[in-house]
Amino acid sequence: MQVPARFEYERASSVPHALALLERYGPESRVIAGGHSLIPMMKLRLARPDVLIDINGLEELSFLGVEDDVLVIGALVRHAQFLADPAVGRYFPIFHDAERVIADPVVRNRGTVGGSLCQADPSEDLSAAFAAVRATAVIQGPGGVREVPIRRFHRGPYETAVEPGELLVRLRVPIRPGAASAYEKVERRAGDWPVAAAGAQLRLDGGVIAEAGIGLTAVGAEHFAAPEAEEYLAGKAPGAEAFAEAGRIAAANCAPRADQRGPAAYKRHLAGELVRRALTRAAGRAAEGTAQGAGDRTGDRRGEG
Amino acid sequence: MTAETTDTTANATDTTATDTETGATATPMGFGRMHRKEDARFIRGRGNYVDDVRLPGMLHGAILRSPHAHARILSVDASAAEAHPGVKAVITGETLAGMDLAWMPTLSGDVQAVLATDKVRFQGQEVAFVVAEDPYTARDALELIEVDYEPLEPVIDARRALDEGAPVIRDDVEGRTGNHIFDWEAGDREQTDAIFERAEVTVAQDMLYPRVHPAPLETCGAVADFDRVTGKLTVWCPTQAPHAHRTLYALVAGLPEHKIRVISPDVGGGFGGKVGIYPGYVCAIVGSIATGRPVKWMEDRSENLMSTAFARDYHMRGEIAATRDGKVLAIRVKVLADHGAFNGTAQPTKFPAGFFGVFTGSYDIRAAHCEVTGVHTNKAPGGVAYACSFRITEAVYLVERMMDVLACELDADPAELRMKNLIRPERFPYTSPTGWEYDSGDYPRALRLALDMVEYDKLRAEQAERRRDGGPLLGIGISFFTEAVGAGPRKHMDILGLGMADGAELRVHPTGKAVLRVSCQSQGQGHETTFAQIVAAELGVSPDDVEVVHGDTDQTPFGLGTYGSRSTPVSGAATAIVARKVRERARLVAAAMLEASPDDLEWSVSEAGGRWSVQGSAEHGRTIQEIAMAAHSNLELPEGVEGHLDAVTVYNPPNLTYPFGAYVCVVDVDPGTGQVKVRRFVAVDDCGVRINPMIVEGQIHGGLADGIGMALMQLMAFDEDGNHLGASFMDYLLPTSMECPSWELGETVTPSPHHPVGAKGVGESATVGSPAAVVNAVLDALRPYGVRHADMPLTPANVWSALQGTPIRTDLAVT
Repeated sequence: MQVPARFEYERASSVPHALALLERYGPESRVIAGGHSLIPMMKLRLARPDVLIDINGLEELSFLGVEDDVLVIGALVRHAQFLADPAVGRYFPIFHDAERVIADPVVRNRGTVGGSLCQADPSEDLSAAFAAVRATAVIQGPGGVREVPIRRFHRGPYETAVEPGELLVRLRVPIRPGAASAYEKVERRAGDWPVAAAGAQLRLDGGVIAEAGIGLTAVGAEHFAAPEAEEYLAGKAPGAEAFAEAGRIAAANCAPRADQRGPAAYKRHLAGELVRRALTRAAGRAAEGTAQGAGDRTGDRRGEG
Repeated sequence: MTAETTDTTANATDTTATDTETGATATPMGFGRMHRKEDARFIRGRGNYVDDVRLPGMLHGAILRSPHAHARILSVDASAAEAHPGVKAVITGETLAGMDLAWMPTLSGDVQAVLATDKVRFQGQEVAFVVAEDPYTARDALELIEVDYEPLEPVIDARRALDEGAPVIRDDVEGRTGNHIFDWEAGDREQTDAIFERAEVTVAQDMLYPRVHPAPLETCGAVADFDRVTGKLTVWCPTQAPHAHRTLYALVAGLPEHKIRVISPDVGGGFGGKVGIYPGYVCAIVGSIATGRPVKWMEDRSENLMSTAFARDYHMRGEIAATRDGKVLAIRVKVLADHGAFNGTAQPTKFPAGFFGVFTGSYDIRAAHCEVTGVHTNKAPGGVAYACSFRITEAVYLVERMMDVLACELDADPAELRMKNLIRPERFPYTSPTGWEYDSGDYPRALRLALDMVEYDKLRAEQAERRRDGGPLLGIGISFFTEAVGAGPRKHMDILGLGMADGAELRVHPTGKAVLRVSCQSQGQGHETTFAQIVAAELGVSPDDVEVVHGDTDQTPFGLGTYGSRSTPVSGAATAIVARKVRERARLVAAAMLEASPDDLEWSVSEAGGRWSVQGSAEHGRTIQEIAMAAHSNLELPEGVEGHLDAVTVYNPPNLTYPFGAYVCVVDVDPGTGQVKVRRFVAVDDCGVRINPMIVEGQIHGGLADGIGMALMQLMAFDEDGNHLGASFMDYLLPTSMECPSWELGETVTPSPHHPVGAKGVGESATVGSPAAVVNAVLDALRPYGVRHADMPLTPANVWSALQGTPIRTDLAVT
């Protein structure tokens, strides 16, 4: 039987209360939301916080909706809620593509969007998806609220811009008219972390790419992004050749490491292949008019097979 | 679903009404579909597993395990742990050595450390055991034990185990200078070599059946309760062989056998991994003896994956000699078997490589020869587990892979090549070149049915089209397997001297309700239903009127348990025979009731049930219930006839049974990512007479999922230091419904001629037969790329690497 080491438990009743608890207990305390990363690590005794500060009751962090052309996602929004939300699917199909292949329904019922980002696992799917759409993280601390572009949020594996005593409270994603997005992942088995995955958002203007956003995960891409490939695409006409080249550039600029999921060469290949596929799918959606503004198909992956 | 059946047995009553909505049923009077009797408690969460056992005053144990694959133990200091509040005892190797219990015998005649004294020999090996008031305290105290290790060079790659100068793992064995365990061979070397020298075509292929783990839902554990007053030891643990455990405890610990009771309650999956005795069981027993209180020990998932019986790990070289037109003449095999640090495989004593000797498979081959060499490495012991039918999984994989390699060489169709070489029906009983006597079979019929079901020709046409026009790669893989199950005849088969015969005991109460007691034990096979159906068929009663008792040594007759698909072939046969004994007793009682001669009575089963009646006048008869009451009454019985109907038997099988099947797997492979999607899987199984077809199909479904798991994702890998890289379900992957297609099952029925009801056993068939079908399908898809072989698991990375012409080693860490 796996059991964690001894710890204390506090339940926060509001964001200020949570911040006060963080201040009181200091760096040996940990915030717990869905707990799907932290609790297994505690049971294996790889994580041994002195105190858990439970924020699950904070309704104010569970908001999900569109405010002034910005999709606002509370840090405590559960994966299942994010996946089920029609507005998310309409404006950002990339999130629904990604959420369908994150873990399994049981984990998605409990795990949170904010928790996934704060865990900062180098293979996290949502980190790549948020990087592709250039989201903004809203962090609250004793001194008030500050905003951090998502591409400066992750500082390295398991390290974020959230300082001790602070809390990620929400994410903001600007809705860009005419943009379309998609996410492609290769996993060893349903529910596994990605071997590699790529997300892409394309905004077209006058038949050329006005702005491209490319996110990559599990391949050692800095800040989960592929800026060189994005720059290459700017001003180009969308098409097979441009997308393949963007894939090649993204692959050349990431730094995958060999592990149980595969050798580095394979992951680099996948980075290119999946960037190409995500761009192609996003462009297809743009052409179909399922860009931000129209609905995306729903259903589980088995239905697609 | 297509199904071709040959009606077979007088026992199979055909009174079942199938509910088309649920596929379930009214209770049949004997064989047929019916819901499992045990499911009522399982689906309500009312099962009773070892971890559900809670005794007054119970303490909790936890094991300290080695972080090293190979290291000398310089010292163990448990004083801080002993002083920790709530800790009742700390047991070390030294403690056990003082009781002569530091080492215990394995099922293969080797010894295994219960708690290490001199060295640790694999990562995760047991070093110390803490007994505490609660599981939290026990775990906390583990961290307070200080062990000083001197790390030694480990042997991880089995192919390096016999190298000159390789570290000697088993220096505990006097005179041991290397890591060699055994050499074993079968077949006729000279004859085989002679055929190879003259053959028109020969092919050879190296392949690895990697180390995998059965990973049952329930991990291992035990509750040991030693009563100091009565001297009785009761052990609850999820064992597949409770009686064998009892005898071993008696022999090892010196406790009198009648003072030991082993209870195997509901068990959450065994797959062969729960046959042996694990150090944790012994520690729990010692903990209870030391403290005078019951001790529970439950291992966690990582402990289960790291230290309990693994499966396979066979490095094989197969060779086939054939004619140019595809007639297979001879097969030759060399195997290097990685048995880990202790030789702890569970199989009949005379078979150190299990039943690998059936490697000629389903083909009529003139000559064959194999050599198997077993070696030690610094990995956990085991080797026979995961529904492997004592290594037939490895044998089937080898021969079925080789048939495809030959097809590739000859540019022949793999289905036609198999059809040409299958043993013909008229050759049964068939004696294989390695001396196995296959009892019955009609192989071409099963293969034809599978090919028809999958519409083989149409698929090949689609494949040709795809290869011409591009698109995802389509692969079609075939596997034809023959199993040898139901071990076994006592003359040839024993485990540690205990013959593999099994007992059964049937009591019929005055009202005609019956209690069957069997020596085998269910880990999910549905014995409480199937065995009740066997009694029901023999006595003409409802299966609901038969209670099956199993898994408790104080309540059941002796026998060797459930593994190797032996429960229906052995205990099922015992059940039929004991029921027939009861029926014969009932004949004598009925004769007294009817004032007729027993020889003038005839037995019949109608919808109303079974009855003995005077020949030719059916109305002049008595039902089995009436006879049961009379047997307990004051009815005057003939001289020599005792009262009651109860009977006892022991069944010693005359031969193994040989189930077989034809599997076809269809996959789509994405060449851009290496991902494999199993599109279809057709499985035609012939396991002889099916007692409960629904349970048979459930067994097959599970085994097919196992096959997809092994072929595509499962692997116990190690890095070069011997660190286990698959010690959680994050890295050791089990297949989910998302990877499995909707199974398409077919059946043929060729009864076993020597089994009382013609049944053959099916628990392992699909696990044995399916991996080769999946692998053959993937490699068939990759054929345009010139890929002839790649080892399991065919993960996206491995498939992609094979496409690049650089298949990677799968058993070791990424190279």
